[in-house]
Amino acid sequence: MNIVSRASGRAVWVAIRAMAVLTVLLGVGYPLAITGIGQLAFPSQANGSGRYGPDGRLVGSALLGQAFADAEGNPLPEYFQPRPSAAGGGYDAAASSGSNHGPENEELIAAIQRRRAQVAAFNGVPGDAVPADAVTASGSGLDPHISPAYARLQVDRVAAARHLRAEDVRALVESRIQPRDLGYLGEPRVNVVELNLALDDLDRRS
Amino acid sequence: MGWLLAAAALVTVAALLGVVYRPLGEYMAWVYTSPRDWAVERVLYRLVGVDPRGGQSWRAYLRAVLAFSAVGLVALYLLQRLQHRLPYSLGLAAPSPDLSFNTAASFVANTNWQSYAPERTVGYPVQMAGLGVQNFLSAAVGMAVAIALVRGFAHRRSGTIGNFWTDLVRGTVRILLPAAALCSVVLLAGGVVQNFAGFTHVTDLAGGGQSIPGGPVASQEAIKMLGTNGGGFFNANSAHPFENPSPWTNLFEIFLLLVIPFALPRTFGSIVRDHRLGYAILAAMAVLFVLSFTLMTAFEFAGGGTAPTLAGGAMEGKEQRFGVVGSTLFATATTGTSGGAANSTHGSYTALGGLVAMLNMLLGEVSPGGVGAGLYTILVMAIIAVFLTGLLLGRAPTVLGKRVGVREIKLASLFILVMPTLALVGMAVSLAVPAVHEQIVNDSMGNPGAHGVSEVMYAFISAAINNGSSFAGLNADTPWLNTTLGVTILLGRFVPIALVLALAGSLAAQDRIPATSLALPVHRPQFVGLLVGIIIFVSLPTFFPILTLGPLAEGLR
Repeated sequence: MNIVSRASGRAVWVAIRAMAVLTVLLGVGYPLAITGIGQLAFPSQANGSGRYGPDGRLVGSALLGQAFADAEGNPLPEYFQPRPSAAGGGYDAAASSGSNHGPENEELIAAIQRRRAQVAAFNGVPGDAVPADAVTASGSGLDPHISPAYARLQVDRVAAARHLRAEDVRALVESRIQPRDLGYLGEPRVNVVELNLALDDLDRRS
Repeated sequence: MGWLLAAAALVTVAALLGVVYRPLGEYMAWVYTSPRDWAVERVLYRLVGVDPRGGQSWRAYLRAVLAFSAVGLVALYLLQRLQHRLPYSLGLAAPSPDLSFNTAASFVANTNWQSYAPERTVGYPVQMAGLGVQNFLSAAVGMAVAIALVRGFAHRRSGTIGNFWTDLVRGTVRILLPAAALCSVVLLAGGVVQNFAGFTHVTDLAGGGQSIPGGPVASQEAIKMLGTNGGGFFNANSAHPFENPSPWTNLFEIFLLLVIPFALPRTFGSIVRDHRLGYAILAAMAVLFVLSFTLMTAFEFAGGGTAPTLAGGAMEGKEQRFGVVGSTLFATATTGTSGGAANSTHGSYTALGGLVAMLNMLLGEVSPGGVGAGLYTILVMAIIAVFLTGLLLGRAPTVLGKRVGVREIKLASLFILVMPTLALVGMAVSLAVPAVHEQIVNDSMGNPGAHGVSEVMYAFISAAINNGSSFAGLNADTPWLNTTLGVTILLGRFVPIALVLALAGSLAAQDRIPATSLALPVHRPQFVGLLVGIIIFVSLPTFFPILTLGPLAEGLR
């Protein structure tokens, strides 16, 4: 028994030393080195792919969706609308989350029906023209993308709200559609943050 | 069109894995058998105070594994409890004692179950020096144990199965650290963030406010996937655009999850100098993977259930950039390994799609399993398959010249009982004890009815098999669930490891019996089929009754 406990005691002492040494290597040295590489080689990405307004002010990240809504949470007709979001009060980047509602959840079922009616009325289209991504919350709650179908559906409303020609807005949307990566990975998509930035720009120039 | 895209994505992952299978497998075999130490390793051995040449008996090896993991558990617990005193903690308080225990157990056991939302709970020191470190070390421990079992097959009449400290250091220094560094840079290029900026407050386009998070994410993300850990830097895990910005980074992360577990059968073949069983194991892993990916994708394409039907597609909890295929391929990879990362919320999948994720874990995580854990689990399954056929056909049950005797089959049988026992007991107690049941139904379940039962079920299966993914509607940050899931995780990790090391010791002590015509060939397609069958029949009947209460009740109504 004495031999066993002495061997165990020695193993624990070695383990403590190993943990300390490896923590310095893996927990301090490694992340600091990667941070150095990131800041030198990929400063834009490493710092969050920031996007800037015309005055040079940081207005968000190209990777994180935003709520294009007024203070009461009503959608602004002059901006393309993103997907519903379950992150905090909606697109709260400090509280990423999906709804985690199951397929038979009553709340989710009611929400989908409500959203479909709202999107249809807001854009003046029939309910069955509203695509799935427009009525479902993403896993992160920060999805910056919508489907090309949902973007096209919003063109007339946005053009009317901004007194722009629908063809110009439609052309902008079409130019902003990202195809699948390598032609087959993921889904075609439109980045709502970048689209709305470009839209503000178009508005200013016309 | 959907199926074409699914096939193309699957073929791409398979091709990438195929390219690295041999070089990586051979490299890892060399890492664990090379007689030479690197200079940096000699420095580490001196600092730690071990002799890298000393072989260990299985008991000494186990003692070292347990001591190292216990120290890791205590260190990670204390680091969290002292969080409020550490710099760069973003002003966050220390997590509660039961949450800190749960997190420490979970990360030390390569599970990475998270009862908390990281961006509001852990600051940078805990992420880097605590969770990130265990992402490396828990993976290195899993690989070490698998290699020890492989040595059991390779050694003849030997009292030792290698040296844990050497395996730990080499796995870290020669495999995980360089691979993680390389992959971090790829992720950085793809848009994953890496800074110490904390939250940046901006006025967004519509005039509202947004707090953009920062953090050393890329360095963590790479090892989180490579080590099949799965603990997200953010609450949304790999669904978060800062962890997984695009479809190609998504494919890259899936590849990272699978690359070490799928290459380890080559390492096995190389060390035992017989590649045939390695190929059979690889084939069984691949069959199960393709089967479950096909099933899950079919269920998500079909979009059954009330909400997906109303929405016109199963897009709740899925990101537009990934779509259904990018989500199900990730979900198959993360539940087929011990990954537990998620790029979509499994709890919002169709009932039957979510069931497939559960089944992947129930099969013991062998398609292809966690780093190391996948290989040792499927080797145990192979031993059971050989023994059963030996009984059926009257053949001598031997694997690679090692006899499967009473002691070996006892250890293997105990091994396969651990996960079901832990998962079912934890679930039963949580749902049957009145006070606990009430608390879980009222405070924890995020969905009513059968789906709420599925949430509890998924949690205990995920903990017992060390996966770490969840039906995240469940609020698991309660003293009861933090404690029971934490204990389940620890037992689910270290009891099987003890049994595997005992098995390694008993195999290493045997001489190798020369191959005879009486031995069962363990490399033909028949054996692959048998192995797949055994893997399925060992676990499914055990869990069928409770599956009817959760996902089947929901999906077949």
